[in-house]
Amino acid sequence: MINYALELGQTAKPEALLFYILAPLAVAAAIGMLVVKKAVHSAILLAWVMITLAIFYIAQDAAFLGIVQIVVYTGAVMMLFLFILMLVGVDSSESLTETIKGLRWIAITASVGFGGLLISLLGRASLGRTTAGLADANSNGNVEGLAQLIFSDYVWPFEVISALLITAAVGAMVLAHHERTVKRVTQREQSQARFRSGSLAAAAGLPGPGVFALHNAVDVPALLPDGTPAAASISATLKARGDMLDSAQYQLDNNDNAAEDK
Amino acid sequence: MNSANYLYLSALLFTIGAVGVVIRRNAIVVFMCVELMLNAANLSFVTFSRINGNLDGQVVAFFTMVVAACEVVVGLAIIVTIYRSRRSASVDDANLLKR
Repeated sequence: MINYALELGQTAKPEALLFYILAPLAVAAAIGMLVVKKAVHSAILLAWVMITLAIFYIAQDAAFLGIVQIVVYTGAVMMLFLFILMLVGVDSSESLTETIKGLRWIAITASVGFGGLLISLLGRASLGRTTAGLADANSNGNVEGLAQLIFSDYVWPFEVISALLITAAVGAMVLAHHERTVKRVTQREQSQARFRSGSLAAAAGLPGPGVFALHNAVDVPALLPDGTPAAASISATLKARGDMLDSAQYQLDNNDNAAEDK
Repeated sequence: MNSANYLYLSALLFTIGAVGVVIRRNAIVVFMCVELMLNAANLSFVTFSRINGNLDGQVVAFFTMVVAACEVVVGLAIIVTIYRSRRSASVDDANLLKR
């Protein structure tokens, strides 16, 4: 027992345990990314894969990269992804119909071939020497070792990368910028347009949503005195998303009948 | 444990990412799959750095992260621009040149 505990205490064993627990979870999450329907779920699974990789980096004596992985990827990049998801709409159309017939099976077959090739190549390659380990390279500390390399051998790529970062920031700004093609309508003009539109009903403002006294919610159109639903009482965004309930089911006479049935 | 296991994992994750790029239609999910592929490549770099016992692999992985961050910024801006003009984030709907 003590021998076993000592053996487990050696550096290699806990890492193997870590790997065999986390690697299947990472692969499962990656596969889950492909099969879940909602983009938000994909994002969460990807965040998990990234955290797993960060743990692997730290386990492999790359402490700096592990922390950067968490800060940059799960922090900044995933946040950006979620931002865009919210902007584009959480349930943005994910049609699972195939545009090219049989694409999914072709893709899966090809990838099984590709993955098998890659793994068998890696298995046959003489990665040579036994793992050298980073104890020597990290003797002054991982961050110090990396800094020494980045600011000596890799200083030119480092500066090119900084140019790339600035270009990307400017590019994103250029893409996000758009010129206003029509003049902005001021509040004053809107008010004048309402009063001059012919009917004074528009001047009073739009009706509020909801069916008074029986059901009151932003996704139910209000009922007009003649019993027809008022389409203008619902926010245009809700209408576009299709998150609109039929107000007919809350009409007074329907509910009277229901009460009588009970 | 053999360090090559990390390489196998990396190959597996890369392949899964590649499948995702091909079969998913939502541009944002396609993008996430590209990120997965970049991450898998990074894992290889870090593992090779350890196998060879020098830090160059980690420096390259660091640069890859910066490039990935740039790629995300510009790519998501493109997706938002396409969404603004076509009201859709599906890669199949950006087919104006075909019609």
